[in-house]
Amino acid sequence: MADTLTFDLVSPERKLASVEATAVQIPGMAGDFTAMPNHAPFLTTLRPGVVRVTAGSEVTEYVVTGGFAEISPTAASILAEQAVPRAEANAAMVSDLLAAAERDLADAPDEAKMALGQRLRDVVALRSQIGA
Amino acid sequence: MPSLKDLKIRITSVKSTRKITKAMQMVAAAKLRRAQESAEAARPYAERMEGVLGNLASGVSGAANAPRLLGGTGGDKVHLLVVATAERGLCGGFNSSIVRLARAHANRLLAEGKTVKILTVGKKGREQLRRDMNNYLIGHVDLSEVKKLAYLDAARIAQDVLHRYNTGEFDVCTIFYNRFQSVISQIPTARQLIPAIFEASEGASGAQYEYEPDEGAILAELLPRGVATQIFTALLENGASEQGARMSAMDNATRNAGDMIDRLTIQFNRSRQAAITSELIEIISGAEAL
Repeated sequence: MADTLTFDLVSPERKLASVEATAVQIPGMAGDFTAMPNHAPFLTTLRPGVVRVTAGSEVTEYVVTGGFAEISPTAASILAEQAVPRAEANAAMVSDLLAAAERDLADAPDEAKMALGQRLRDVVALRSQIGA
Repeated sequence: MPSLKDLKIRITSVKSTRKITKAMQMVAAAKLRRAQESAEAARPYAERMEGVLGNLASGVSGAANAPRLLGGTGGDKVHLLVVATAERGLCGGFNSSIVRLARAHANRLLAEGKTVKILTVGKKGREQLRRDMNNYLIGHVDLSEVKKLAYLDAARIAQDVLHRYNTGEFDVCTIFYNRFQSVISQIPTARQLIPAIFEASEGASGAQYEYEPDEGAILAELLPRGVATQIFTALLENGASEQGARMSAMDNATRNAGDMIDRLTIQFNRSRQAAITSELIEIISGAEAL
């Protein structure tokens, strides 16, 4: 049994990571989950949050703003809307996101309010999580 | 016969033109490399996106409740043409070839009695289309302020297009751009964005995916993103093509200027020699007459 899976993190503009990982923690739309080798095939959208990649004893973190993840028994790929290494994530980026989320919420028709409100809460949670 | 002075001025002017074209060629070469890199970097995302969407789409297409972006509006009366060109000229036939393709397409649709609307991206295409397609232009996206094309720029265009689609402004959307083949060859390409067409993935991975939230919701979220990705890819290809076209156009111009300088220099030397010879003859015949 393989004990690693191939983890790819790509954003529209570049490929951020392509490594062998033992576990990847991903902020899915319906809650965080951790993909490990031999995970069942799985496709989910993402909420803004932190992706934590464990390769052996090494842990790398990335901040993603949304997108989706495709998990198969041997690989986990994240196609992020926007993604940066945790160290590069800063307050300006998050407050931009926050402003955009607030604006969207204000403009949205009623039936979309629920989803956008959730997004706003996710961004706020992300902000406290990265301590910006 | 131009005088010696005229020739000299001519040569100097061609020489400075050659310097300019040479510099532009080198700038284009540097920009081309960067443009190619970003096109390359964007490829994995686009490929994945297409793969996943293809998988998802094959599951729901044909179903009566397929999303409108996939199934279309049911009609094909109104066509939106997104014509992506460069912001600047001096790049050979780059802009014209895109415009020519788009124009042929538009004329064909008009002949079939369809309605055509055109959205231009990039100043040059707008200028060329304004001449005979002015009535069909419905909008313009200005990218002249954009130094390095970002996904957000493409996303903004996609948002505009999707908004028009959702308000029923058109049924079918096609984007026109130049696909980058090599420095000397760029292929004008038309690609249908809406309704979305995805090549069926090879042998359908077999694995049955679990979806969260559900299949429909994911598809509804991904399709607009797929459109944005396709526009982004098209614009990146276009960017690389533009620099490639400019580079070869400027290379040609530089070589041309070199040839011209050679020819003018020969002409200059000949007429200088002729002038000296005739002066000598005058002196000699003057001396003989004594």
